[in-house]
Amino acid sequence: MHGSPFRLAMQRLARNRLAVAGALLIVGMCLSCLLLPMLLGLDAERTQPALRNLPPSTRSWFGTDTLGRDLFARVLVGGRTSLLVGLAGTAVSVLVGVSYGAVAGFYGGKVDEAMMRFVDFMYGLPYMFLVILIMLMFSETARGEMLPVFLALGLVQWLTMARIVRGQVLTLRHQEFVLAAELLGASDLRILVRHVLPNVVGVVVVYGTLMVPSVIILESFLSFLGLGVALSWGQLVSDGIAVVNPIRSYWWILLWPSVFLGTTLLSLNFIGDGLRDALDPKART
Amino acid sequence: MIEVLSLVLGLAVLAGTAWLPNRLTRLLGALLFGLLVGVVLRFSVGMLGGLLLGAVAAVGAWRWLPRLVLRRVVFLVPALVLLIFATTLLMYRAPGNPFANERASSPQVEAALRAQYGVPKNANQFFGIYMRRLLVEGTLGPSIKVQGRTVEDLIKPAFPVSLALGLLALTLSVLFGLSLGILAGLKRNSAVDHLSMALALIGISLPSFVVGATLMIVFSLWLRWLPVAGWGSFRHLIMPAVALSLPNAAVIARLSRSGIIEVMQQDFVRTARAKGLPESWVIARHALRGAIIPVVSYLGPAAAAIMTGSFVVEVLFAIPGMGQWFVKGAINRDYSVVLGTAIVYFGLVIVFNLLVDLAYAWLDPRIRGKEA
Repeated sequence: MHGSPFRLAMQRLARNRLAVAGALLIVGMCLSCLLLPMLLGLDAERTQPALRNLPPSTRSWFGTDTLGRDLFARVLVGGRTSLLVGLAGTAVSVLVGVSYGAVAGFYGGKVDEAMMRFVDFMYGLPYMFLVILIMLMFSETARGEMLPVFLALGLVQWLTMARIVRGQVLTLRHQEFVLAAELLGASDLRILVRHVLPNVVGVVVVYGTLMVPSVIILESFLSFLGLGVALSWGQLVSDGIAVVNPIRSYWWILLWPSVFLGTTLLSLNFIGDGLRDALDPKART
Repeated sequence: MIEVLSLVLGLAVLAGTAWLPNRLTRLLGALLFGLLVGVVLRFSVGMLGGLLLGAVAAVGAWRWLPRLVLRRVVFLVPALVLLIFATTLLMYRAPGNPFANERASSPQVEAALRAQYGVPKNANQFFGIYMRRLLVEGTLGPSIKVQGRTVEDLIKPAFPVSLALGLLALTLSVLFGLSLGILAGLKRNSAVDHLSMALALIGISLPSFVVGATLMIVFSLWLRWLPVAGWGSFRHLIMPAVALSLPNAAVIARLSRSGIIEVMQQDFVRTARAKGLPESWVIARHALRGAIIPVVSYLGPAAAAIMTGSFVVEVLFAIPGMGQWFVKGAINRDYSVVLGTAIVYFGLVIVFNLLVDLAYAWLDPRIRGKEA
């Protein structure tokens, strides 16, 4: 296996310092959001009226918010939502986008034209409309019920993936190995799954990684508008913005969630760009 | 069940426009164009005038409009109907209704209110009433929650606000992104290149409300150069437009950078250099086009992204634009406000995409041959 394309790609990735740093940061972020609240026994919702608007100190590392809730706990617990929504929303959109794009590219011709016309139509829509309307449908589901958010965000984010996969499949379709499989009498489904799709995995991984931050951003938009379903970084940032005023500054309420959100998104983009350079040297410019 | 069937049917019609032969597209496009013109103008020039002008517009469109435009029109009309239908369905699916919070909520009062505003309990009936109102009476209907105002009353002052914000943001993203990208692409792997790409990455990574809040704190609270929020003068427009444009400027910078790098390696650039043209002329005359074409094709999605961002930025900076009305309407279940703003946004997107298509065809002759 020495020098297999995959191993070469991984070596290229390991040389990209920004991507490695980003990956380490994301792993650390996921682990601390997942484990720290449990390990330290933090409570994100407990209000302490006596301890309102405290700046960061040794007792409360990130300070407290306007209701006296510990910001460190809230940032970590909010991170769970943001990261989970990012991953699950991406999973939904990858699933939809890859199947849609693969079918369009594989059958080509008028089928392709009609399917892509629909994608163009969706591209033109300001997708926030759709997300807001879908979120409204679920507005009475229990707080913390996340499935609607995954669906709503995933179902508007799949377009780019569909376009990219379709383009790849369109060129793969007429390569010799696909024709050979066709001559041997393989079914369309088998050709698609066994011969075509394995060749688009790299592209899907790259653009899937780059999609995670945009899903997280979209969720934070929803939370900012008051349409979120659970405590997330977007909601915490919006809490922080709400207390911005010219007289007295509670900078820590805005700073910490913004920093966590910003570094996470930046790291994810580092990883995505690194993967693209490693897996697809042609796209490197 | 009927709803799902109608949705599928609508999508099929939409997809079916791809199969239409060229001559039919031309004919249908011209007819629909005339219809649109007639329906819109009828309310200002009367029934007969509308009919007449519509017919003139149809003939004119058939004669002179390029097929690119007619194709969009053929697509636009069913798409608009589908948009209204789908939005209606989604709104009716949402729990609650516009009259849920009325104080006197006896069934009789609610029934009377529903009749008055034309909001029956059934989504299909509402769709029928709404379409009739739109086509026959030519109105977007009364707002249900804002007493005594029609949706037009609400949108009329908000539309120029959103348009100004969006256009300024778009202009800023193109100017900023293009110059950064071209600079970076021409001095590949230099400090300038690395710096601009780092800037672009930050622009892509930060959500617009974080950028907006930072700008607000720095420029209005600390430096006191700009008003914090609100609307009224050009100075109110600066920070929201910058916050909106940053993510798009970043994407445009990346696109134009790789575009110009690619074009600088092409044979025709080498030829231009070989025949002794000065470098600045080579860039201006031959290379710039390579940087601009991918950016133009991104302008459509960029407009949609700016609209999406404007929902958030309008709320953040308390700007009285259409995004605010849409969000408010959605939360209050004000069906006619939601539909009205959706239609206006959709119309904007279509017109804008049309302009982009035309600009694209003009810039890239390879496309002109195929499409126009």
